[in-house]
Amino acid sequence: MKTYYNPDDLKKFSKIGEFQKPLADKFFSYYGDVFKEGALTEREKSLIALAVSHAVQCPYCIDAYTVDTLEKGCDEEEMMEAVHVAAAIRGGATLVHGVQMMNKTKEVSM
Amino acid sequence: MKSLHKQKNKFSDIAYQLAVLNDGVKGQSLPSFSQKLEVTGLYPLKPTSIDIFQINMGKMCNQVCSHCHVDAGPDREEIMTKQTLAHCLNAIKTSQIKTVDLTGGAPEMNPHFRWFVEEAFKLGCKVMVRCNLTILVANKKYRDLPEFYKKNKVEIVSSLPHYSSKKTDSQRGDGVFDRSIRALKMLNEVGYGVSGSGLILNLVYNPSGAFLPPSQDGLEKQFKRKLKKDFDIEFNSLFAITNIPISRYLEYLVASDNYLGYMEKLVNSYNPIAAEGVMCRNTISIGWEGYLYDCDFNQMLEMKVDVEKERQHVSQFDVSTLEKRRILVNEHCFGCTAGAGSSCGGETV
Repeated sequence: MKTYYNPDDLKKFSKIGEFQKPLADKFFSYYGDVFKEGALTEREKSLIALAVSHAVQCPYCIDAYTVDTLEKGCDEEEMMEAVHVAAAIRGGATLVHGVQMMNKTKEVSM
Repeated sequence: MKSLHKQKNKFSDIAYQLAVLNDGVKGQSLPSFSQKLEVTGLYPLKPTSIDIFQINMGKMCNQVCSHCHVDAGPDREEIMTKQTLAHCLNAIKTSQIKTVDLTGGAPEMNPHFRWFVEEAFKLGCKVMVRCNLTILVANKKYRDLPEFYKKNKVEIVSSLPHYSSKKTDSQRGDGVFDRSIRALKMLNEVGYGVSGSGLILNLVYNPSGAFLPPSQDGLEKQFKRKLKKDFDIEFNSLFAITNIPISRYLEYLVASDNYLGYMEKLVNSYNPIAAEGVMCRNTISIGWEGYLYDCDFNQMLEMKVDVEKERQHVSQFDVSTLEKRRILVNEHCFGCTAGAGSSCGGETV
């Protein structure tokens, strides 16, 4: 069955430089640096990545960062709380636009 | 739950396990473990010395853990005899190996366990026991084990895959977490794991699933914080161990459709520095029948040490012959060389 998303494609991500190597090399070098221990731990960064993966709804990222958070010693409770942070921000982002709707309603109403 | 052996499961057949391992690496066009060693200049793999004498005292255990590479359990009756243990003592004495590591099954279920520990202690050895914790509360006859350990300055190494009951019980059986906590408190009470006591209590983490362990240092801090806060329990170090794809864990990987992905991950995470420090280079493993192996995993795959037949038994133990041997490797060995490496003492890098 043909689908837009194929789990095996995740393994091919590192080959993305086939069509444009210099930019891919820069991206992967940057990517590697981002996830290194810094002011935030690798574990904290992995949980942020898991939350963002859900916010951007990337199935490849969700698979990758579910395993990565487990391999950083996170448990299911922590992982689900991270997903709820993403959900709260996405939900909040929708809802806060309600203010714009209210403003406009008031602007055009008698 | 019954052992694979008792169930007559196909994964209790060693030839079948080796065929699956072969299929998961060479069958996927991945480089074999030997090829990886060759590229990094480590093939054939040779011992550095023999510092650790690891005895598997038998396959009998009061638990049936879902990842157990020994396929141990209450229905396993293979137990090392006193005569074989006497051969072990003789080998330790003549070779002057100073560290004795006792494993199983539950080594404490061997009827000659206490006698052996006392004799090894008298020889001046550091004795380590891989205690599953729940044995301490399994039966009245085991309740005084913490005092016995203390008297013989035994170093305790105990599995606790997680500080949450859900994860621990999913791997080690219902109720194991609560009983393990009770046992840890008993050990703490006599001084084990308590700073300044000189009594060492180390814990072992291994992943509850088809993924690699986290970094040992960070996880140790997390375990210490959680166990202290939730249960007022102390311990010395945490060893993070990778699950080796044999026996029950291999069966789990295949049944859950995680096998090929896991093998690919192990192969791709091969670390040449970890390969240099694998435990088979300074350990000798002795099976319940007295035969010698490069490690406990090779033991379970019945891969006896590569020396002349008459020297493969502990009754004919000869360090100089063993130190010249070639260590036998197979695709399961990728489990010890992935990432930060894995051994009975945790990370190797």
